[in-house]
Amino acid sequence: MDTKKDILKESKISDLKIPNYKMMVLKQNFWYGNNHVLHDISIDVPENKVTALIGPSGCGKSTFLRTLNRMNESIPNTRMDGTVKLDDIDIYKDFKDSSKIRTRIGMVFQRSNPFPKSIFDNVAYGLRVNGIKDKAIIAEVVEESLQQAALWDEVKDILEKSAYSLSGGQQQRLCIARALAVRPEVILMDEPASALDPLSTSRIEDLIGELKKKYTIVIVTHNMQQAARISDYTAFFFQGDLIEYGLTKEMFTRPKKKKTEDYITGRFG
Amino acid sequence: MMFDNTIITNKPASPALDFKPKSHGYIPRGLTFAAVIIIIIMLVIILGNIVYNGAGTISWEFLSHPPENGMESGGIFPAIFGTVFLVILMVIAVVPVGVMTALYLYEYTDPSSKITRIIRVAINNLAGVPSIVFGLFGLGFFISFIGNGMDSIFFESEGPVWGQPAIIWAALTLALLTLPVVIVSTEEALRTIPRELREASYALGGTKLQTIARVIIPQAMPGILTGSILAVSRGAGEVAPIMFTGAAYYLPYLPSKLNDQFMEMGYHIFVMATQSPDVEATKPILFGTVLVLLLLTFLLNFVAIFIRSSMRRKRVNV
Repeated sequence: MDTKKDILKESKISDLKIPNYKMMVLKQNFWYGNNHVLHDISIDVPENKVTALIGPSGCGKSTFLRTLNRMNESIPNTRMDGTVKLDDIDIYKDFKDSSKIRTRIGMVFQRSNPFPKSIFDNVAYGLRVNGIKDKAIIAEVVEESLQQAALWDEVKDILEKSAYSLSGGQQQRLCIARALAVRPEVILMDEPASALDPLSTSRIEDLIGELKKKYTIVIVTHNMQQAARISDYTAFFFQGDLIEYGLTKEMFTRPKKKKTEDYITGRFG
Repeated sequence: MMFDNTIITNKPASPALDFKPKSHGYIPRGLTFAAVIIIIIMLVIILGNIVYNGAGTISWEFLSHPPENGMESGGIFPAIFGTVFLVILMVIAVVPVGVMTALYLYEYTDPSSKITRIIRVAINNLAGVPSIVFGLFGLGFFISFIGNGMDSIFFESEGPVWGQPAIIWAALTLALLTLPVVIVSTEEALRTIPRELREASYALGGTKLQTIARVIIPQAMPGILTGSILAVSRGAGEVAPIMFTGAAYYLPYLPSKLNDQFMEMGYHIFVMATQSPDVEATKPILFGTVLVLLLLTFLLNFVAIFIRSSMRRKRVNV
C-alpha cells in the first residue's frame, strides 16, 4: 500500500507545521498477538489544543490513544515499537515505572468509572497514591479540580456521599476532576461523552473547550460533529493506518484524501 | 409451533391431543419430585433426631463445664474452647495465604495462561483430597519433619517440644484443607471487579500494588470474608485431619500455648460415640454436642451470607 508513505509525508514532516508540539509519535507499530493493528503511525500532538482521533470502529484509534500513556501495557499479549515522546522524554524508554508517566498524561474513559468511594475520596485518590498526605493540600486540590471540571457547585455539600449517587454526566465530570487532580499536562479522552445524554454531552464539550487553555487534550470520538465542534486538529484512522492528519477546519472542508472525504460525508463507517 | 401447542393444550376440545403431553410430563415430574421428597425426609429425620434428643441436654451448665465421670455427665466447654482456638489459628494461617494466592493467580499472571490453569486444576484437586490424607500429611510433614526438626535445632536436650501433636499443627493442617475454599471465593470476587476500576487507578498514577491495596481488596472484601467463614464452617466440622495432629481424648486443662494439645467438638463426638467406657450412658451428651456443632456451623454460614449481602448493599449506597 502506498498510504504509509503518504502518512509520513503529510502528518509530521512536511505539510503540517505544528509550532509547539507537546507529544510526538514516530513510526509506531502495535500488535495484539500476531494481529498488526497500527501501522507506522507518526503524529505530533500540539500543545494546548484539542486533537480529535476519528475513524470507524476497529480502526485502531482507541488503541493508539492508550499507547500515549502506556495504558496498553495492562493488556496481555501486546507489543509495540516506535517512539512516543512527551516534550523531549521518551515515555517508553526514559520511564522505568509506567505508573509515573500517567500522572503527567492522564486519561478519561468511555464509561465513567468512579471508585466505589465518596466523591471527595475519588478526586483525592490520585494525590494519595502519589504520596501526598497533607490534608489541607488535598482539600484544596479537590476543590480546585472539581471547580475546573464544573462540578463543584453541584457537589460541594455532598462530598462525603458515594460517587455512585451522582448522575451519569456528573460521574463523568467527576472522572475528569479526578484526572485533573494529579495536575497532568496531557489529558487523553476515550469517547468521554458517548454514553451520555445530549445535555450532559454539551456540558462535557464546553468543559473541554475550557480545559484546553491549560491542558493538551487528545480525544477519541465517533461523533463527527463533535470532532468538528471541539477539536483544533483531527487525525483520521482507517484499518490501522493514519490516513490524514491536519487542521480540523481544513479537513472537514477540504479533505485531501478520498477515504477521508468518504468517511466524513458518511459514505462508510 | 409454540402457539399451536399452547392453543391445543389449553383447549379441552380434543382430548386425544390433550392427553399425550400430560402423560409424558407426569413420570419425569413425579420422579424428580420423589427425589426431592426423599431428600427432605432424610434431612428432617437427621435434624429432627438430633434436635429431639439433644435439645434437652443443652443448658448453660452444659456449655460452660468440662466433662465428668468418664464423659457420662458434665459439659463440653473444653471442646468448644478448643474448637474456637483451633479455628482462629486456622483463619490466621489460611486467609492471608489464600488471598495472596488468588491475587497472584488473577492479578499477577495472565489468568488464561497454561501455567495458571494448571495451578487452578491443582487447587481444585486439593479440594478433593480426602481429609484423612491431610491428617496423615500433617503428621508426617508438620510434626515429624518441621516439629522434630525444630526440636533438634533449638531444644535438643529437653525432649519433644514441637515434635508432638499440638494445636498449631492441627490448625495448619486444617488451613491446608480449607485453602481451596478461600482461594476460589477470593478469585470469584476478583473476577467480578470491572476492568474499568483497575484502569482508573492506573490512569491516576497508581501502581499495581496501590491498585490492589486501595481498590481491589476493598472491592473483593465480601468475597474474602465469605470464603473465610465458609472455610471456618468447613474446618470446624473436620475430625480426620486433627486426629493425628493435636486433638486429645480428654484434657484436664485448656490449651494456652501453641504446642498444647486440645479438645475439639467433632473429635469429642467421635470419642463419645466409639471410645467412651459406656456409650449408652453418654448418648444425651453426644446428641447435645452434635446439636451445638450443627448450630455453630449454621450460624457461621448464616453470618457469611449476611455479611456478603450487606456489604454488597453498602457498596452501592455507601
